[in-house]
Amino acid sequence: MLEAILGGLRLVATLDLRLWEIVALSLAVSLSAVALATLLGLPLGAAIAVGRFAGRQAAIVVLNALMGLPPVVVGLFIYLLLSRAGPLGELGLLFTPPAMVIAQTVLVLPIIAALARQAVEDAWREYEEQLRSLGVDGLRGALTVLWDIRFSLLTAVLAGLGRASAEVGAVMIVGGNIDGVTRVMTTTIALETSKGDLPLALGLGMVLIAIVLALNAAAHLVKAAAERRYG
Amino acid sequence: MSGILPLRLEGVSFAAGGRTIIEPLTLTLEAGASTIILGANGAGKSVLMRLMHGLLAPSTGRVAWSNNGPRWRQAMVFQRPVMLRRSALANVLYALDAAGVFAADRARSAREALAEVGLSHVAERPARVLSGGEQQRLALARAWALHPEVLFLDEPTANLDPGATHEIENVIRAFDASGTKIVMSTHSLGQARRLGDEVIYLHQGRVLERAPIERFFPQPASPEATAFVKGELPWA
Repeated sequence: MLEAILGGLRLVATLDLRLWEIVALSLAVSLSAVALATLLGLPLGAAIAVGRFAGRQAAIVVLNALMGLPPVVVGLFIYLLLSRAGPLGELGLLFTPPAMVIAQTVLVLPIIAALARQAVEDAWREYEEQLRSLGVDGLRGALTVLWDIRFSLLTAVLAGLGRASAEVGAVMIVGGNIDGVTRVMTTTIALETSKGDLPLALGLGMVLIAIVLALNAAAHLVKAAAERRYG
Repeated sequence: MSGILPLRLEGVSFAAGGRTIIEPLTLTLEAGASTIILGANGAGKSVLMRLMHGLLAPSTGRVAWSNNGPRWRQAMVFQRPVMLRRSALANVLYALDAAGVFAADRARSAREALAEVGLSHVAERPARVLSGGEQQRLALARAWALHPEVLFLDEPTANLDPGATHEIENVIRAFDASGTKIVMSTHSLGQARRLGDEVIYLHQGRVLERAPIERFFPQPASPEATAFVKGELPWA
């Protein structure tokens, strides 16, 4: 056991190429997915927050519920879409990194949209009258509010990134865990553990936990600094 | 440039959630005299001011300015000021930008406005860390920079201590002296006496009387206003 931990540490410390390739692919997939989900999720959340349309309450309930989507179910759903017989089968994306990006985007989008919706709605309730009194309406008012709560929104984005980098099920199903092609940290850990290659699994586990910790620490520091600076 | 006053409310009423908050009323606000909207909590003072300022649309009737001037010809200071997460100065600059003031003129106007309310020394401080009284003065600076023709104030000192209240009242007097029409709601009789020229007394969404200050206070015409001025509970 101790041997395995030391082995894992050695892989991390010696910048083992195989380990860092896996880390790099994980980050590339999850960061791409979060970038896409942010691009789609922030406007979606903001629109639901300030919009007045029929079914708005239902949309909020659904969005909040989707935050807890099981990754394997998302993986299965995207698998069916992308499989050869599926509607998007001709794109030939199954078992490629883009398929993993798509799956994680679907997984993370509700998280970012739902957290953004709450933040924008709270802020809008506070700002609306003042902004309208100043003659600021519509898009300009929305942009003012989004900019003013940008640090709360950053927290939403980081929550999404934490979710994406930690999930196994979705990338396992649509990526296929192919060595050197679609193998990421979480799927490698699952595989190597079952194979008994504990050093690699532990080394990746350490990196993964360090990344998640660093992300949360960064979010906390940014938010604290912003509160000191902007009140 | 011709003014936006007088402001005419013609048969204006407001209802929300099946409850009538303002009964149909007709009144005219002229330039000059400072108007105090007086009444107990829940009388409809805030709603009436929001109808005048255009933040609420009346359920019936219409709110008509003599000229449809640009938005910044009227300004409003709320009971709880809302500041953007940026410096005090930047909050004033934002209002000037929203009013379409040329970028080159904004900095000078904003600095002047901060000086007017005595906040020059905190210009670079984040607006949201200022004290309640300072934030309210900043809200007044934001309005001052625009030189509005009408300034609505919705119980601007309701949350403030006597010292801060005194400072706010001084700024309101400065607005009055510079020719801005003051329309202020309050439930403080002392404040009404100190700042007002005339009183509109509101009771359960109805204007019960409108009179010059010097006539209203010694002898209100309605029993409700008499009770209010004596400090009695009007529903007791």
